Amino acid sequence: MAQTEYLLLVVGMGLVTYFPRWFPILFLSKRELPQWFTEWLDLIPVAILSALVLPELLTGSDPRHLDFFRPQLWVALPTFFFAKKTRSLGGTVIVGMMLFWMAAKWI
Amino acid sequence: MGDNAVSPEKIIATKHLIKEGFKAGWPICLGYLPIGLAFGVLAQKAGLNPLAICLMSVLVFAGSSQFIAVSLLSGGATLLPIVVTTFVVNLRHVLMASSLAVYLRGVSKGWAALFAYGVTDESFAVNLTRFRDGPWDWRQAMVVNHTANVAWIGSSIIGAYSGQFIPAGAFGIDYALIAMFLCLLVFQLRGHLYTATAAIAGVLAVILSLLIPGNGYIFLASVLAATIGVVIRRLVVRSSE
Repeated sequence: MAQTEYLLLVVGMGLVTYFPRWFPILFLSKRELPQWFTEWLDLIPVAILSALVLPELLTGSDPRHLDFFRPQLWVALPTFFFAKKTRSLGGTVIVGMMLFWMAAKWI
Repeated sequence: MGDNAVSPEKIIATKHLIKEGFKAGWPICLGYLPIGLAFGVLAQKAGLNPLAICLMSVLVFAGSSQFIAVSLLSGGATLLPIVVTTFVVNLRHVLMASSLAVYLRGVSKGWAALFAYGVTDESFAVNLTRFRDGPWDWRQAMVVNHTANVAWIGSSIIGAYSGQFIPAGAFGIDYALIAMFLCLLVFQLRGHLYTATAAIAGVLAVILSLLIPGNGYIFLASVLAATIGVVIRRLVVRSSE
């Protein structure tokens, strides 16, 4: 791809990425929102986090398929309980990493 | 001493804000390291020079879409399809920004515009949790966004120059983001309704990810699960009246 075309590309990518992030912050922070909408938004974070995580634990790629034997899943169980007990983000990240590293070495 | 001078108290307060933001955001930096490195390496293999790679990470700041864009470039795609794909892939951020918006009331337009730039899956998850559990200042949230940003750009550049020399999976670092998301998910399970919504979202996401290529399943599963959650909530409230 030529240089000018690449420049236009990344600028275009930047704009279409930025707009969905900016639009709600600009408009929603300034007005009263209907109750059903705030209730809905209240559930969005837990839904997104789950939607982000669960496929990583239960599916493999190339091509995508269900896989119940991924180390990601096995490590997730103690990691999850560690998070529940300690409620420490940094601690959970480190514990998860260590467990995964060990799992990779032993499988 | 004139009123315009920056008082020692102000400097200490700002330093404290930055420190708190840093403490909240460092797991994200850790998680971004391997992904940014991988991106830098892939982009370089696709023929981009370090400046071009740096530019993309600076202007876009969205990992999954950057990976996809680079692979599309390798396949010879032209500008418009890549930009449209990027838009669709990153559309889920509109949900995240919407959830964050209420906590940014009273922030000036300029700062809000800058804040918006840094909304990613990870910074959203960390900041929203902090805002919820309170007290969390929008400036601390901004620090989270921007330290993550620096980590992303920095690791992209390092990857562009030297990624192939780093062993894959060192210290289990590939798991950093999953571990982070798991912990933040735990923080969000504040009651039965949330657990139910999470279960629905997770199952839907898995099913949809197997049926639809790309990562549209995240947006779809979240929207569907949240909607079902609201309906459940209404039904439960109604039945107890």
